[in-house]
Amino acid sequence: MISADISTVLPEILLAVYAMIALVAGVYTGKDKVAPTILFLTAAVMVVLAAMIGLSGGGTTTAFNGAFIDDGFARFAKVTILLAAAAVLVMSKDYMLRRDLLRFEYPILVALASVGMMMMVSAGDLMSLYMGLELQSLSLYVVASLRRDSAKSTEAGLKYFVLGALSSGMLLYGASLTYGFAGTTVFSGIISSVGEDGMSMGLLFGLIFLITGFAFKVSAVPFHMWTPDVYEGSPTPVTAFFATAPKMAAMGLFARVMFDAFGTSTAEWGQVIALLSLLSMFLGAVAAIGQTNIKRLMAYSSIAHMGYALMGLASGTEQGVEAMLLYMAIYVTMSVGTFAFILSMEKDGQPVTDITSLNMLSKSHLPKALALLVLMFSLAGVPPMVGFFGKLAVLQAAVEAGYGWLALAGVVASVIGAFYYLRIVYYMFFGDEDKAGIDGTMSPVLWVFLMGSAAIMVVGMVNLFGVDGLAAAAAQTLVN
Amino acid sequence: MDNLLSLITFIPLVAALVLALLLPGNDEASQRNAKMVALVVTSFVFLISLFLLAGFDPQDTGFQFVEEHEWVLGLKYKMGVDGISILFVLLTTFLMPITIGACWGVTHRVREYMIAFLLLETLMLGVFCALDLFLFYVFFEAGLIPMFLIIGIWGGANRIYAAFKFFLYTFLGSVLMLIAMIAMYLDAGTADIPTLMMHQFGTEAISIAGWQVVGGMQTLLWLAFFASFAVKMPMWPVHTWLPDAHVQAPTAGSVILAAILLKMGGYGFLRFSLPMFPVASDLLAPLVLWMSAIAIVYTSLVALVQSDMKKLIAYSSVAHMGYVTMGIFAANNQGVDGAIFQMISHGFVSGALFLCVGVIYDRMHTREIEAYGGLVNRMPAYALIFMLFTMANVGLPGTSGFIGEFLTLMGVFQVNTWVAMVATTGVILSAGYALWLYRRVVFGDLIKESLKSITDMDKRERLLFAPLVVMTLLLGVYPSLVTDIIGPSVDALVSNHQTAVLNADLSPAVSVAAQH
Repeated sequence: MISADISTVLPEILLAVYAMIALVAGVYTGKDKVAPTILFLTAAVMVVLAAMIGLSGGGTTTAFNGAFIDDGFARFAKVTILLAAAAVLVMSKDYMLRRDLLRFEYPILVALASVGMMMMVSAGDLMSLYMGLELQSLSLYVVASLRRDSAKSTEAGLKYFVLGALSSGMLLYGASLTYGFAGTTVFSGIISSVGEDGMSMGLLFGLIFLITGFAFKVSAVPFHMWTPDVYEGSPTPVTAFFATAPKMAAMGLFARVMFDAFGTSTAEWGQVIALLSLLSMFLGAVAAIGQTNIKRLMAYSSIAHMGYALMGLASGTEQGVEAMLLYMAIYVTMSVGTFAFILSMEKDGQPVTDITSLNMLSKSHLPKALALLVLMFSLAGVPPMVGFFGKLAVLQAAVEAGYGWLALAGVVASVIGAFYYLRIVYYMFFGDEDKAGIDGTMSPVLWVFLMGSAAIMVVGMVNLFGVDGLAAAAAQTLVN
Repeated sequence: MDNLLSLITFIPLVAALVLALLLPGNDEASQRNAKMVALVVTSFVFLISLFLLAGFDPQDTGFQFVEEHEWVLGLKYKMGVDGISILFVLLTTFLMPITIGACWGVTHRVREYMIAFLLLETLMLGVFCALDLFLFYVFFEAGLIPMFLIIGIWGGANRIYAAFKFFLYTFLGSVLMLIAMIAMYLDAGTADIPTLMMHQFGTEAISIAGWQVVGGMQTLLWLAFFASFAVKMPMWPVHTWLPDAHVQAPTAGSVILAAILLKMGGYGFLRFSLPMFPVASDLLAPLVLWMSAIAIVYTSLVALVQSDMKKLIAYSSVAHMGYVTMGIFAANNQGVDGAIFQMISHGFVSGALFLCVGVIYDRMHTREIEAYGGLVNRMPAYALIFMLFTMANVGLPGTSGFIGEFLTLMGVFQVNTWVAMVATTGVILSAGYALWLYRRVVFGDLIKESLKSITDMDKRERLLFAPLVVMTLLLGVYPSLVTDIIGPSVDALVSNHQTAVLNADLSPAVSVAAQH
């Protein structure tokens, strides 16, 4: 039995073992001098693992008495997480090296966080869920304060830690209530403990506390307060990481618990998530209007986007989960491209984050400005960019599930949100000719990611490369 | 030619890509190249769109040249034209080369300018050809992006405000339509427009938060579509984005906006509101008719006091669109025929009027009426052409403007005499503002020092106006050119509409209405 269990968890074990070997190797060899090597090696390992998971074939297997589930849903989420993490690692090398930030612990921490995320989306038990979540969170707290001599970075790390700990506490409290009233921590046990006449009051409280904890992790309103500060304070590559892989993981975990453990009570949690979704969409849209710092702006943008993804989840249907997965995959792709650009924003060699510094970028660097234009319209959900198809999918799922009002609110929020994406376009294309903008130099790696991401947003309107089919298959394994 | 429509639609896109990727540079030679490429391509598209006309059978009221392919997310790519949409396709392909010719004098970022117009052409043609709800929506919305850039980059002094207002206003209208489309898709199980035109959407009164909605689902869907098309049209009172956008847009942008983009609203009413929600259209027709009547009178009065030429013509566009909405919702043959005719005619006339403003703006760099006067002394050819289009704008018999106004008024008269009466005053008012504008700009003595050296139109400008002059006069004396093509399709549309209204089961709704 144990060998079957281990082969199911093999990708996670491989990545964890790799991280530890790399750590030891780093300590006993050149320390920060070998950091670039470790960074690329980590990215390569992640890509290989993603390929391994992606090609491992279908079917659902569970390991360790149901504590770990390997199914289509988990595989979809894991491939997205690993590819996003690898992309962010590759993108961050230049930036960190030039600012003397590239410590060899950075790729290792990212790898460990990825192990945690893979555990999260595969969790089949409240215990393994919490283990994965904490492994991810602890690694993230450290990378947030990677720039140790910057007050903002350490503040970001501390804020993230304190609020993250609070949310973990709530989540644990919810888990203990759930255990108390269901008598088991395994999801399949929890779902069968919900009787014909609905769940008990205690279990309902457990569910609510669990949702609160998850809402913190996906930064849904009203549990979003940490996001802008952490996004702003962290070194930009770390922000890019926060905006991509952990979001997918948290969303995956959220869906996993809701369907596997509480799948018979969609009406109960659907309303709660619908409310979270509504608030996130509006706060994300309204609060970003006043921002001039592009990192804070992206933080609010990510809050709004989580609102749309939650709309899919709130539907509580297979289409809803499919739409959510598709939305997240598209969102992660867009974020990678956008952050590739943000990483290259420099004025006289110094990094800048003010959007006014994008002044007339189209004049000096048209291809880049066009690529960012495509990404901005895609983030705003304007057709024909792929971002629109993500929105269409979640809206459709919501209307079908009877959340017409939520869909209506969602599109109104998307109009408000369009304003700040347009503002970035405005600076790039119709700004003041006389003021100097950013230098506009960009390393080839970042250029490839920016252009690639923008190209996907355009080409995707003709063909989504089968991602929609994969998302549908993944959703089917989760909901049934 | 199985994929003629796709060919027409996507050739400009390919040309835009070629310009973007293969012909870099912004020096004088490449600027000229970009203009030439755009001109040649748009002319070529017009020529092959004539094949469309040649192969079109007006007696067949169904969709022709249909293409259907699988698309992403289970959506369909389906294109086709019927008697109503084919003319809009032709209008677009006809006006595009003229528009490109109108920006010959632009020197600021020419290549991007041409790319934007070529993209816009693809998207506009797509709107008129799409036979799938979501495909329509994608084209409909995507058109905002190039137009946003055209206003924002090449526009006048206050262009940023205008660009944002244009984008957000129309975007808000359209997203409501998106929700309605999703609801329709779920209700009918298909997004195929021809099938949906046959589908009966529910008309039983439903109550939302204590409010009885007469006409039920149809009314709700109709309102959502109305929100989008009324803004696009634009109808009073949501027309305020249009004068801003027009005034700030460059000449070619104004031409496209007035001549083609505004027609999308009217086309939408004909393609969606009237055939798909006949009962709701019938219920809410009085609202639209009165809104149109108010629009005609109010915006005509507003046009009278404008001091900016473009703003004046923009307000007159809103007034003319009032005739269109009025004709459509009169829902009889004359009304709908007239509405389509008015849209086509307005495409030529308003496009030409904006070109006229462009001609003198290029020379004097002001649009203030005050700055002109007595132009006839130095610009006789200009005075003649401006007069022709002013008369067409007024609706003088013999020009295309007359036919449209007359038919719509006749259609409305049969439905609602009062509305027709109020709207007819608009004819007088339009003569007021248009002729007064003409007098102030063209007649009188040439006393202004700055105008003493103004030159008449050059060859390029005369060439641009020539096709518009021909079309305006031709349609004025021989309207069957248009009505023969649209006639059978309009017949089918109107009779389907009337059958649906007669058969509608509104019994619970009527009793609710009676209680109030």
